[in-house]
Amino acid sequence: MGTSLFERLWDLHRVREMGGGMDLVSIDLHLLHDLSGPGALRALAQRGLPVRAPGQTFATPDHGIATTPGRTADTSEGSRRSLPALRRYCEAAGIQLFDLDSSEQGIVHVIGPELGLTLPGLSIVCGDSHTCTQGAFGALAWGIGSTEIMQALATQMLILERPRSMRIRVDGALKPGVTAKDLILYIIGRWGAAGAVGHAVEFAGSAVEALSMEERMSLCNLAIEFGARFGFVAPDETTYAYLEGRPYAPQGALWDAALEHWRGLRSDPDAAFDQDLCLHAGEVDPQVTWGVTLDNVIGLDRAIPVAPEDAAEAAAHAAALDYMGLEAGVPLAGVPVQHVFIGSCANGRLSDLVAAADVVRGRRVAAGVSAWVVPGSQGVKRAAEAMGLHTVFRDAGFDWREPGCSMCLAMNGDLVPSGARCVSTSNRNFVGRQGPGARTHLASPATAAACAILGHIGGAAELA
Amino acid sequence: MTEGFPPCIVSRAVVLRLENVDTDVITPIARVLQGREAVVRFAFEPLRFDAEGAPSPADPFNDPERVGAEVLIAGRNFGCGSSRETAAWAVRGLGFQVVVAPSYGDIFYSNCLKTGVLPVRLAADDVETLMRAAENLDDIEVDLPQQRVRCGARQYAFEIGALQKEMLLSGLDEIGMMQAQAPAQDAFDRRDSLARPWVRDRQRAPAAPR
Repeated sequence: MGTSLFERLWDLHRVREMGGGMDLVSIDLHLLHDLSGPGALRALAQRGLPVRAPGQTFATPDHGIATTPGRTADTSEGSRRSLPALRRYCEAAGIQLFDLDSSEQGIVHVIGPELGLTLPGLSIVCGDSHTCTQGAFGALAWGIGSTEIMQALATQMLILERPRSMRIRVDGALKPGVTAKDLILYIIGRWGAAGAVGHAVEFAGSAVEALSMEERMSLCNLAIEFGARFGFVAPDETTYAYLEGRPYAPQGALWDAALEHWRGLRSDPDAAFDQDLCLHAGEVDPQVTWGVTLDNVIGLDRAIPVAPEDAAEAAAHAAALDYMGLEAGVPLAGVPVQHVFIGSCANGRLSDLVAAADVVRGRRVAAGVSAWVVPGSQGVKRAAEAMGLHTVFRDAGFDWREPGCSMCLAMNGDLVPSGARCVSTSNRNFVGRQGPGARTHLASPATAAACAILGHIGGAAELA
Repeated sequence: MTEGFPPCIVSRAVVLRLENVDTDVITPIARVLQGREAVVRFAFEPLRFDAEGAPSPADPFNDPERVGAEVLIAGRNFGCGSSRETAAWAVRGLGFQVVVAPSYGDIFYSNCLKTGVLPVRLAADDVETLMRAAENLDDIEVDLPQQRVRCGARQYAFEIGALQKEMLLSGLDEIGMMQAQAPAQDAFDRRDSLARPWVRDRQRAPAAPR
């Protein structure tokens, strides 16, 4: 029987077995941010332990910072104390920090790939559950808690239980107007928000191979919302073309050697998986969530499902609808929205902004809608401005803001008021996620942009 | 590093008949920013307080019959979502030593072990049976060394990694344990830095500021 990509990646980093089903795993790259970084660095300092590998550790502020022009650490309560602390600890430990004044600052899962820090075959950790985004490069990338951050800083290793393996093959072609975001939302809707708990998921098949790197990142970003701590795609020519020449990617002879190694990172045709699922890309339509878990999702033109038969499930269904201010059996299309947020580590990259701008160009945001675009990084912002996208958005009535996590998690001054309805390109529709009482509908950038113009839930097709 | 875990716990249980309880619900971000005390005081805030911040009559954690309960029983995929370890602190801070559920968010599961909370995985039917018993105020007994949950005449074996169990029971320091593996790590690093020389020492001069 052949070897799967996951087995290859895992074995590549296993220092030794620890017994009892646990492995000691070596960490290649550790990314820190302003929410989970400072506490772990403080705990490490309190124990008098040094950072073992500052040359493999990088930091950037993204979660707590304001996204207003001219921002400083003090602009947002979420960064007023944490960012100075992050600066102090990084300085003391010799960790490279992409700070607010850096042309390389941005959301950690956007800048890792953009700078070429993220590479195929690396083991990558970050105190953030969406670290799985970086699995798009064929890396073993996963989110960790604050104790594990401290452990990884101290030892450059973690003790881990090997997850089970899952493959999802998506064959065929996505329909025009259907994005990677729609695909992963559909997958979660079909197999459930707990569908991949305990598993590392390889996304494969012709429809996945056809995706750009930025689309693969959106796909892998939501692996955690499917229950999977690890999600990844085997590296291929698309991956190498994206990475070549990036500032932190290997150059020259090192690049050639890396490329040769990376070409071996794939699943053998006869590899076995604990679960092997498949679907046809053609069955996926644009998706939008209606409730407070990711599997509360339907096609944009569908009605909200009626209550399930199981009593506990029916109660959860009713509670979700109550929180969202919606009724079962009613179409979502046409429901008025007050906020639109385009950005986040799910959909804050250049191609996401291009897709949204294509919908917005020459149109106006509907009256009563507050619509924001928050580029995922300084690099994304520069590239978008070079294309004139900021003008397209501003002319339409959008806010064009500074890079950060912004309205995805409401800890930086950017939030949706209680009871207001937001169509968001981020990755969580949880109760209170975008602010206490906020009502979130997750969708693709094109759908979110269309909703801003329409003033209600609807798709780009409605504007044609 | 945590205190050693009690070998046997006998307690009433709080029942959360909800699936997919996420870590944003367990510790809302505004409370995370306020520090450890707020994280515990406002744990599960949306389930315990109404929109105006008044205590909710439906608060499942405010039952006088369950004061001091050390066991929490919840639905599938408990603790999904964000990696915030505050969620595990909050569960521990409310007095729970044990959570019983059919499944957990993978990051939360590991955060629980780091925080001295035992996350017990049982089949959904068994969790349902335990929920009913706990709703009748039956005591739940959790024996970590024996890897067994008992309630009345019924008992359920659960799985946990041998090392995780040992670490939980002894409150063992994992950093010390990993540092003790220095020879294995040095050998790995020597081998790996020859095989993949592009992985280490990756700092470079910062780009010009904006």
